[in-house]
Amino acid sequence: MQAGHPAMTAAAPFTLRRSFDWKWVVIWLCVAFTVYIAVVPLAFLLWQSFFTPQTAAKAAVLTLDNYTSAYGSSETLRLFWNSLKFAFGASLFAFLLGTALAWMNERTNTPFKTLFFALSIIPLIIPGILFTVAWILLGSPKIGILNLALQNWFGLEKPLFNVYSLLGMIWVDGLHYSPMAFLLMTAAFRAMDPSLEESATMSGANIFQVAYRVTLKLTWPAILATLLMLFVRAIESFEVPALLGLPVGIHVFTSAIYQAVHRYPSQIGLASAYAMTLLVMTTIGVYFVSRLSSRGSKYATMTGKGFRPRRIDLGPWRWFAAAIFIVYFLLIVVLPFAVLLWSSFQRFYSVPSWQALHNLTLDPYRFIFTYPNLARSVWNTLILSFGSATVIMLVTSVICWIVVKTKLPGRWLLDNVASLPMVFPGLVLGLSIMIFYLNFDIGIYGTIWIMFIAYITRFMPYGLRYNTTSMLQIHKELEESAAMSGASWGTTFRRVILPLLKPGLVAGWIYVMIVSIRELSSSILLYSPGTEVLSITIWELWENGQYVELSALGVLFILALFVLVMLAQWLGKRFGVKE
Amino acid sequence: MLKVEGLYTEYPNERGEIVRAAQDVTFDVPEGKLFTLLGPSGCGKTTTLRSIAGLERPRAGEISVGDRVVYSSARNVFVAPNRRGFGMVFQSYAIWPHMDVFQNAAFPLEVGERRLSRKEIRDKVERVLKAVQLDELADREATKLSGGQQQRLALARALVMEPQLLLLDEPLSNLDAKLRELMRFELKRLQRELRITTVYVTHDQSEALALSHSIAVMNEGHIQQIGTPREIYERPRSQFVADFVGTTNFLDGTVLGRGAEPGHFRVRTEFGEVEVLSDDDLRGNDRVVLSVRPEDVELAEERPQGSNVWEARVDQKVFLGEFIDFQVKLGGRVLLSRAHPSLRTPTGDALYVKLHPEKCVAFKAA
Repeated sequence: MQAGHPAMTAAAPFTLRRSFDWKWVVIWLCVAFTVYIAVVPLAFLLWQSFFTPQTAAKAAVLTLDNYTSAYGSSETLRLFWNSLKFAFGASLFAFLLGTALAWMNERTNTPFKTLFFALSIIPLIIPGILFTVAWILLGSPKIGILNLALQNWFGLEKPLFNVYSLLGMIWVDGLHYSPMAFLLMTAAFRAMDPSLEESATMSGANIFQVAYRVTLKLTWPAILATLLMLFVRAIESFEVPALLGLPVGIHVFTSAIYQAVHRYPSQIGLASAYAMTLLVMTTIGVYFVSRLSSRGSKYATMTGKGFRPRRIDLGPWRWFAAAIFIVYFLLIVVLPFAVLLWSSFQRFYSVPSWQALHNLTLDPYRFIFTYPNLARSVWNTLILSFGSATVIMLVTSVICWIVVKTKLPGRWLLDNVASLPMVFPGLVLGLSIMIFYLNFDIGIYGTIWIMFIAYITRFMPYGLRYNTTSMLQIHKELEESAAMSGASWGTTFRRVILPLLKPGLVAGWIYVMIVSIRELSSSILLYSPGTEVLSITIWELWENGQYVELSALGVLFILALFVLVMLAQWLGKRFGVKE
Repeated sequence: MLKVEGLYTEYPNERGEIVRAAQDVTFDVPEGKLFTLLGPSGCGKTTTLRSIAGLERPRAGEISVGDRVVYSSARNVFVAPNRRGFGMVFQSYAIWPHMDVFQNAAFPLEVGERRLSRKEIRDKVERVLKAVQLDELADREATKLSGGQQQRLALARALVMEPQLLLLDEPLSNLDAKLRELMRFELKRLQRELRITTVYVTHDQSEALALSHSIAVMNEGHIQQIGTPREIYERPRSQFVADFVGTTNFLDGTVLGRGAEPGHFRVRTEFGEVEVLSDDDLRGNDRVVLSVRPEDVELAEERPQGSNVWEARVDQKVFLGEFIDFQVKLGGRVLLSRAHPSLRTPTGDALYVKLHPEKCVAFKAA
């Protein structure tokens, strides 16, 4: 913007910088920050995968060895094949389960539907590592309660099932992420205007023709997008492959990366080569998901008429549906939590029995509360999640303002750059940040700052999404009228944009806070003694075999997350969009 | 007071093509007058208003208020909107939902360059809220206001800093019909009382006619005609203006020669010779278009005195309460006439049509 009053510029030619605008400083700072955060580690990872490890004796040299050693061996082929089997299995299982439940909830008169509400928060309150541990305690061939109970009842000699297997991995991972499928498919069912189906019925189509020629064809982009998202998520999954796959030698990419880093000497080049493969797979997945959802406008079936679709009366079958639901609820919430609760009151882990009941003790809780690392890891977790949520929401509010409200050239690029971390599996992100700050020494390696950067990078896309949704609802004129009232950009942003952004800002802040609290897969490569977070402490307890102590901490952790999520729901209602 | 000279604006659309919005727009608004930019959507009226506001940067031209130049391409001056100090009411009202009525109205005083004391702000806001009759609702949440009240609040917010210039962007278009008429009077009263120079943008011709001292009719980026409401309605200078403002009958014709009085011409039409009025310098054999407003097509069952009278037949009629619309057949032509409901000639019957020469406006055919 040029200086305003001609008289003024003429009188004071040297104060032309009077109109120096903080707007551009803030904008450029945020853009630079975003680009640095999102692009630099990725570029460095790619770069590094072409080098030999740098040692004191030998400088790093350019090489293709990492790729040849990664792709030359039949081991990699097995790795690839395992990863695919695991990801396909888990995503398909989660999808079928989630879709069936979504259909039951949206389109039928199944009883107990209020319980479905719980499905939306379970993935938030039970972190992957605790869910996996709980299922080990339930389904392990040696100590699994379900196995032992069933063996007892039916007098079997061999355990019925074994979670330490590919099928077990698929079962646990798919189960844990079925609520995600449930939510995505519920949205798809809701977005569908029932009059489209009804008009097909009125045209003389029978129920199968309606289902195939209208319902399926209209929802297939949503179905495909859901499957792809679940697939990407499953291939990034770390906890399940690490806890269930590694002990029996079933390796997938994520666990292989972890092992390559933790081997001595660590093979970072090899890990990078694996990471690149993983990154390519997730990038393709995310690319197609975004293609599908941008093409979704063609299939936009939302009409905004708030009428409820006709519900299918299942008749007596509705009790069967309710039974399915209750079993599901047991598997996903009650049993995992119950088994953690049970073992948290034991001195040594043991299967429930009358005798064990007499040995109930609070020792594990006493141990946890006096555990030297506990206070520190709780503090680290809180500081990290609070800090990253705040920074992310503020920076992305400016970023999405640029993307949504301005006509600056290249703003779409900025949007994509800020969303780029979406394709990083947590472990790959941890790896690239680790490598980058090992080489680019600004003194943050081994401190809590490196984890802070990792969290900000990893969760920035979520913050951006929440802010963008809110920003799109802010009418351009609300901002223009502030300018016409004489407000500068900074004042407008502070007094008009941010308050109006509040619903998205608060919701996003809480979401980022919660996912940061449970973060494990990036932290596991970046923590060092003194910077442990809660999920790392749980991981360490597991490595040490301190199952009962882990259970006690897990129970407390889940309860705390539950309170936090409830608080979030309440806040969300209070700060809901007013208009 | 407000001077807009040779304004050109253009902007890239979604596909990156250049859209020319305003083309060589030039006009003057004297102190204290209400000037209206009237035209169909996409004619460039809003772009022109937003250029005056500073929300858009034109390609070329000059805009000045009093002796202050706020935009000039030649001198490379562009004053940011927040430093222009104009009041503006937006089409959506843009009432900030997170503030109450008082806070909304006080905002311009709080963020302006001039620092005001708390008490000064309170006094000014109370005065302006009283002027728009919102003083009782000062503590109400802005979202709890009705459409009309939001409109008043938007007006109060634009007026509170006592701007040199008030810009109104279709301020009544979001109201229902009854309220719109009411607010039309309110707006007019307020503008006339405060004598504030105002630029008003609308696509509603009746609003423009009702409120303005002067109207500029725009089409495809160009100003077609500037004049008082009566001039625009009664003496349109082009087919577009006649068509856009009000309803009219168009008749094709050929000039035969000058009429008895200055400015009058004789024109041959399908159904005979008509005496017309024209501002154009017409010559014999020029092809022209006549515009006659329906209310100027006089119908009578008895033959009226004077010239420009023909016999016609009632083709159809539509009773609309306050008046009755007749479609009458005159030769091969159908004319629309707006008559008093007392005229009850049955469909198919004959009656007489009189066109007053002063009311038949002719312009050269495009």
